[in-house]
Amino acid sequence: MAAVAAGPGPGSGPGDSPEGPEAEAPERRRKAHGMLKLYYGLSEGEAAGRPSGSDPLDPTDLNGAHFDPEVYLDKLRRECPLAQLMDSETDMVRQIRALDSDMQTLVYENYNKFISATDTIRKMKNDFRKMEDEMDRLATNMAVITDFSARISATLQDRHERITKLAGVHALLRKLQFLFELPSRLTKCVELGAYGQAVRYQGRARAVLQQYQHLPSFRAIQDDCQVITARLAQQLRQRFREGGSGAPEQAECVELLLALGEPAEELCEEFLAHARGRLEAELRSLEAELGPSPPAPDVLEFTDRGGSGFVGGLCQVASAYQELFAAQGPAGAEKLAAFARELGGRYFALVERRLAQEQGGGDNSLLVRALDRFHRRLRAPGALLAAAGLAEAATEIVERVARERLGHHLQGLRSAFLGCLTDVRQALAAPRLAGKEGPGLAELLANVASSILSHIKASLAAVHLFTAKEVSFSNKPYFRGEFCSQGVREGLIVGFIRSMCQTAQSFCDSPGEKGGATPPALLLLLSRLCLDYETATISYILTLTDEQFLVQDQSPVTPVSTLCAEARETARRLLTHYVKVQGLVISQMLRKSVETRDWLSTLEPRNVRAVMKRVVEDTTAIDVQVGLLYEEGVRKAQSSDSSKRTFSVYSSSRQQGRYAPSYTPSAPMDTNLLSNIQKLFSERIDVFSPVEFNKVSVLTGIIKISLKTLLECVRLRTFGRFGLQQVQVDCHFLQLYLWRFVADEELVHLLLDEVVASAALRCPDPVPMEPSVVEVICERG
Amino acid sequence: MEDDAPVIYGLEFQIHIIDFDDENNIINKNVLLHQVGEIWHISASPADKGVLATCYNKPSDSKVLTCAAVWRMPKELEPGSHESPDDSSSPAHTLELLCHLDDTAHGSVACVVWEPTGDGRRVISLADSHILLWDLQESSSQAVLAGSASLEGKGQLKFTAGRWSPHHTCTQVATANDTTIRGWDTRSMSQIYCIENAHGQLVRDLDFNPNKQYYLASCGDDCKVKFWDTRNVTEPVKTLEEHSHWVWSVRYNHSHDQLVLTGSSDSRVILSNMVSISSEPFGHLVDDDDLSDQEERRPEEKSQEPPQDSVIATYEEHEDSVYAVDWSSADPWLFASLSYDGRLVINRVPRALKYHILL
Repeated sequence: MAAVAAGPGPGSGPGDSPEGPEAEAPERRRKAHGMLKLYYGLSEGEAAGRPSGSDPLDPTDLNGAHFDPEVYLDKLRRECPLAQLMDSETDMVRQIRALDSDMQTLVYENYNKFISATDTIRKMKNDFRKMEDEMDRLATNMAVITDFSARISATLQDRHERITKLAGVHALLRKLQFLFELPSRLTKCVELGAYGQAVRYQGRARAVLQQYQHLPSFRAIQDDCQVITARLAQQLRQRFREGGSGAPEQAECVELLLALGEPAEELCEEFLAHARGRLEAELRSLEAELGPSPPAPDVLEFTDRGGSGFVGGLCQVASAYQELFAAQGPAGAEKLAAFARELGGRYFALVERRLAQEQGGGDNSLLVRALDRFHRRLRAPGALLAAAGLAEAATEIVERVARERLGHHLQGLRSAFLGCLTDVRQALAAPRLAGKEGPGLAELLANVASSILSHIKASLAAVHLFTAKEVSFSNKPYFRGEFCSQGVREGLIVGFIRSMCQTAQSFCDSPGEKGGATPPALLLLLSRLCLDYETATISYILTLTDEQFLVQDQSPVTPVSTLCAEARETARRLLTHYVKVQGLVISQMLRKSVETRDWLSTLEPRNVRAVMKRVVEDTTAIDVQVGLLYEEGVRKAQSSDSSKRTFSVYSSSRQQGRYAPSYTPSAPMDTNLLSNIQKLFSERIDVFSPVEFNKVSVLTGIIKISLKTLLECVRLRTFGRFGLQQVQVDCHFLQLYLWRFVADEELVHLLLDEVVASAALRCPDPVPMEPSVVEVICERG
Repeated sequence: MEDDAPVIYGLEFQIHIIDFDDENNIINKNVLLHQVGEIWHISASPADKGVLATCYNKPSDSKVLTCAAVWRMPKELEPGSHESPDDSSSPAHTLELLCHLDDTAHGSVACVVWEPTGDGRRVISLADSHILLWDLQESSSQAVLAGSASLEGKGQLKFTAGRWSPHHTCTQVATANDTTIRGWDTRSMSQIYCIENAHGQLVRDLDFNPNKQYYLASCGDDCKVKFWDTRNVTEPVKTLEEHSHWVWSVRYNHSHDQLVLTGSSDSRVILSNMVSISSEPFGHLVDDDDLSDQEERRPEEKSQEPPQDSVIATYEEHEDSVYAVDWSSADPWLFASLSYDGRLVINRVPRALKYHILL
């Protein structure tokens, strides 16, 4: 129903009741409301929530405020067809009629109310008239009262003045009496020791006595008082100087003395001097605890005692001073600040000495707690004595200690690393004495890695205490920023990794010259360690650090990649050095064997020389050793059953192609030509080439170095026929066993070919051995 | 004019004299027979172009003994003589023996060094563990032992290389044995300095800086070339690590001592520019007469960075180990290297560097 949509509230007034079932009822009622609203100055739209859109100024709107019948009619007439005109006419008539009846109902309904309103107004008029009369009466009464009151006060005026005078005299007399009694009272007070009371009396009387001192009687009193006061002051001073009593009593004395008008400057000096005495005693006791040889109490206890004794005392002195000598102004404050600065400095010096003793110790938690106490205690006097800068100095000390701690931990890590290395050295050396096979290198590596990692973690945890939330200095800017990024990350962790790399590299830097004291296995192990660091550990440690210390990136830090590159470079250098060292060992063996033998007068070979067997054994041992730590690596694809077949090919081809011409000394150039042509097609061999991180590459490097040495040594000697044959046998033997270790067995062939060819060249009577015989000898050996 | 590079290299029983004509790029070879044996070391007299000394293996049945002798080559073959027969097919000439530097009591001779300046009468030979100073008399036909010294120590000590310093009026000789370099005074034949463990392994060769009297270069089996100041022998002044195998030979350029040549058994020859320790660390000093011409150019030169030590060039023409390198004594920009396979390579210093040094 539209009535609901129009939404009049239940208590919207009597106008609602006659609402009929007609369809236009809401329309009409709205119109009526509109008029009321117009009357009350409400605009139609905002009151009724009417569907907006129709222009309120539209003169053709029947319900609009600006309705103009002429315009409306005009519009109708112009726009509407006849039928609609008729319709609207009947409609209009019907509406008018309905409106009329509505109006009538309204009038009837409200008639009673109009009547009663009229009655009420009339009654009010009556009442007001009565009230007016009473108000008039009240006004006259008030006038009378005023009159009376004025008269009474006039009569009492006289007496009142007299009473006031008498009261004044009375007070004066009492004052006089107090004055006269003053000397005796003061004496009594002084005797009783109630100095405060005495000073108060004296204070009250002083001004009066000052004023009336020209009267003889008053002068006498004043003199008496002065004598007593002087005595009082003296006694107070006495008490003050004795100093046995505590700080609060002293403060009281000073306060009384000030009230007695003693010079503030002097008192201030004396006060500070006394305070100094007490605080110095505290400092002395602290210093005694420090002692030259410390059975000293632990650092926590020390800072506690310092905090409660010295800092507490300083606080008391400062607050008392500020209360007492506030009148002194900035000069006084300056004096106090200087006082605090000086004593504070001495206190700090003591604390630093104590902390320095703690530097060597490992327990960070105790130290941090002690520092926390120390810092916390100093915040109170810090607030009190901002000018003395005690808090800043304390923070500085804490920072310094933190920095030293970092340095200490770095040192600790370094020595832990060196300790690990020593352990490894011992582990490597010991079983060799016992004659056993070496201990598991992999195991040693794991031990070293885990022990270093645990040391790093322990250090991080220890250092982390400095930034714990509950520690009072952890929110200082230093501890939030620089300590984390520069101190812990850069200084401790990055510093340690760098120093580790450096330590490791230092093993490569003095090759051979200062004696190869470093066992090769250690080089290998370190190289693997560095490689592991490069691949995983560094990023792990740094992530750990960043997480724990929430490093804020204001200052530039070393990126992980740089560290990794350094570690990788170290690993590479170590491995290369390992190859060189091991290569050198085998080279020396080969070289001695070539140089010390008389190749001209050697007998026909029956066996492979023992040195060659030793070389193969050592190479195998190295292979095992490297295999413990490094992966196999890639080999050049070769036929799987290499050794024999390739050898026989190599051997026979060599016989025909390679050095057959050298039998005829008349054509030496041919040999050169042939070998040159062959070399044109073979790759140049880089003897000390960089090593890759795998076993094959390492072994290849070592074998290359060894065989090249053999080659060069052979070229320096002259061989007899059997000498050449011995070389042949040896080379075949090496060929049989070494090919499996290298990446490209062609390399071994090439070098060994070269050795035999060189030996043949160095032989005045080159008759090679039958390959079959060589094979038989080698297999037997 | 014809430019002579008297480079001599030994094959078994032969000495070849190679003439290199710089202008026409022609190489001319003469062969001298050396009948007494296989040559291991050769050195020419600085005073007489026709005189040379060799160390050679004396063939014997059971032992190899290395001896030394002084020879004179036939007059017409002396470098610089124009009537050199240009047909290589001409019969080989024979050397004329002047004298033996033999003292069988002292063992095998490793090398013979001539006194760098003077009349070519004083020679030092290194035989096993002895230094022997010879005085050649009566136009080199007679060798008199003038002095000797020997190494004392454990084991078999053997000299591997020696070099006579051109400074101090030729009174100093440096020798190498195993990893040690020693300096000797030829007047008293006593040791004046000793560099223990100069190299990690055997020391192969030595050379004195021709312009700086205390500077010495050495090379060895640890693939390094080291430069020493003989006044302070605890640390090398500089170390080069460019080769990948034993370095057999090191030579300073005779006039521009920043140019250092090394040959190694990695079959490479490396020419290095060691400006920082040369006698001209800041480049060529401009003479006063030149100053007036080059007034405008000076600011540029000043603004130049001081040149850095660097490898100028690596020569890879050799297919096998290079055992000897040397500079031409006639043309400071020419050098030759010799390898195991008998290949002799003659090279020039790069033109750009030459002008850089000269200008």
